[in-house]
Amino acid sequence: MNATIWSLSAILAVAAVTFLLGYVGSRKANTTPDFLVARRAIPATRNAAAISGEYLSAASFLGVAGLVLKDGVDALWYPIGFTAGYLALLLFVAAPLRRSGAYTLPDFAEARLGSVNVRHFSTFFVVCIGVLYLVPQLQSAGLTLTTITGLPAWFGGLIVTVIVVINVLGGGMRAITLVQAFQYWGKLFAIAAPTFVLFVVFLASPDRGTQSVSDDGVVRFPQTEKITVAEQVVKVRVDEPLTLKVHGKIDGRDADGAVFWGRGVYELSPGTTMEFTAGSPVPVVEGSPTTNHDWSRPQTGGISELLRTYSLIFATFLGTMGLPHVLVRFYTNPDGKAARRTALHVLYLLGLFYIFPTVLGVLSRLYLPQLLVNGKTDAAVLMLPETMLPNLGGQIVGAIVAAGAFAAFLSTSSGLVVSVAGVVSTDIMPGKVRDFRWATVFTGLVAIGLALLLPRSDASLTVAMSFALAASTFCPLLVLGIWWRGLTWVGAVCGLVVGGGMVITAQAVSVVSSYTGRWAPAFITQPALITVPLAFMTMIVVSKATRRRAPADVNQILLRLHAPDPLGFIRDRDIARFGTAEEKARMAEDKRRGAGRTR
Amino acid sequence: MSRHDAGKPEQAAREAWLGEQARKPRRRRVVLADSTKQRGKALRTIIELEEQTSVGEKLVRDLIKQQLKSAFGLAFAVLIGMCLLPITFYLFPQIGDLKILGIGIPWLVLGLAPFPILYGVGWMFRRQAERHERDFVNMVDR
Repeated sequence: MNATIWSLSAILAVAAVTFLLGYVGSRKANTTPDFLVARRAIPATRNAAAISGEYLSAASFLGVAGLVLKDGVDALWYPIGFTAGYLALLLFVAAPLRRSGAYTLPDFAEARLGSVNVRHFSTFFVVCIGVLYLVPQLQSAGLTLTTITGLPAWFGGLIVTVIVVINVLGGGMRAITLVQAFQYWGKLFAIAAPTFVLFVVFLASPDRGTQSVSDDGVVRFPQTEKITVAEQVVKVRVDEPLTLKVHGKIDGRDADGAVFWGRGVYELSPGTTMEFTAGSPVPVVEGSPTTNHDWSRPQTGGISELLRTYSLIFATFLGTMGLPHVLVRFYTNPDGKAARRTALHVLYLLGLFYIFPTVLGVLSRLYLPQLLVNGKTDAAVLMLPETMLPNLGGQIVGAIVAAGAFAAFLSTSSGLVVSVAGVVSTDIMPGKVRDFRWATVFTGLVAIGLALLLPRSDASLTVAMSFALAASTFCPLLVLGIWWRGLTWVGAVCGLVVGGGMVITAQAVSVVSSYTGRWAPAFITQPALITVPLAFMTMIVVSKATRRRAPADVNQILLRLHAPDPLGFIRDRDIARFGTAEEKARMAEDKRRGAGRTR
Repeated sequence: MSRHDAGKPEQAAREAWLGEQARKPRRRRVVLADSTKQRGKALRTIIELEEQTSVGEKLVRDLIKQQLKSAFGLAFAVLIGMCLLPITFYLFPQIGDLKILGIGIPWLVLGLAPFPILYGVGWMFRRQAERHERDFVNMVDR
């Protein structure tokens, strides 16, 4: 009970600071450029902290450690990919994208290709990616609150949605920049400090956990353990025979009392309770290694595991540059050079962070093997402090972790809501500040609705799917648009439809399969290896076939994207649509004069 | 973009963003703040760039090619480096047994090493890209 109070007060403190910083940031926000791109005046280091704060979502804060606990050394490809994505962004996109002067991703597409059609398609995919990314955040928020306080799962998601929507309503991008920058450092502290403390506890404890990692056999329960399967069917693999007490349904048949499990796969229905004795082997959720030997060594899952790793590398390396909520932050830099410096700084901030979840994941393998049974490994980071330190110290460390996790949901969700609302308000509505506010409320409602409807899976996996979607749609659009003169709007639209359509189909199939017993092959749950090259090829081939549709002013545009900042070619597109009345009048006047003179 | 659909609202926005030069290359009066010879030359080159004379276009094409070359070179090096790792681990599983200070080598290679390397590559690109841009500005300013 004490632990709950500590954690709740830590979460309340994060929420309060978030509100306060949001209020401070939004006092001066009143124009559309304020709400969309924070007047493009955020210095590089602060923007980098804000980007990292926004990017380190539930998937990074909870998910990476959980995957390390479950899949071992192969899970380290997630943090590598999440970081390497910024390198690709720095190399191909950062500076030219900022120089384009656009204010959203669809706006860039239209500016570059001169077609409203491509803008509409981009809008659709921005909303898809945003929502696909937002749903696991809200679901993880529910999980966090359930784990530490026992409140129902919908409550956490709802709280995050309400806080984010209110903050964004107040000041849009201006409000959340300060919040996100603060939350990066908050999260770094919230994961680094517990890691140090728990690692010291681990070194000081006489038996170094309950089972050495270097013991290559199966994982065993350190003490008697009672586990209840939550809302979804779970398949577990047993490698070494064991006896346990079961109350519920196994493989669809009712079971009550002591049963014997030989080697094989068992299907556990929701609500089933199992009681394991100390020292009995841990049944591991299907698809993850059962022995420490396989867990601690890379690529033990055969050829399909290898392909999955490659697909993941592809999706994360190329997907980051297509994430709308990340890109929109680069529009807030003053110029191209600052955008480049921001991306570089992000590489450093992320590398600093990702060392810690790995350590926590390994520690939870030693102390929390019970999470392997129902596969709820996302909870590992939250449960570890109190398991290792069952006293006041553990409660305080646990509260710090809980606050960090909460900060992760808040900052990522705010970024996503701002980017989706920005696109919806400017592309579907007239783009005034009021429309932005309505779009924010609308985005929040859709996201929380979907979060309650869709089944929960590991945060990192769902997030990896939105990376695959981004890598198969916006990555080719941006890379070809920035570096290749030949891209036409027809080619871009075809590429978006082919790449995005395939990933969305794969996502639908894998949701169906997760309800009906996880039969989908690996390339369905991780499709980037196939979809990204196909999307690139479609764009190139169709563009070549429709060469006549290339915008006539393509040279001017590429000049603007690549010319060094001191030459002064940057011209921001805000004013063209959302300027004040007098600016618009002046522009119309210029246009009339220009037209009159050429005649 | 053809002239005849200039009436559409998005077309107007596009033209405003592209500036007057994009609509029609035409003569422009330049008022110089300082009339030294050098500054005048620089401005003339900038105008040349904007009006996309053959010289201007060549300059921009070269710059883009240079930037693309360093970006692609570094990206390929990193991607190939990353892609070689899983296949190496797959083909030579005995690497998994090697240890330094009790920690498996794969854990060090995947858990610690990539981050400084990625930052280093990013730092190299930033230096190269900024050098290309400086060279370009110097050339224009010549």
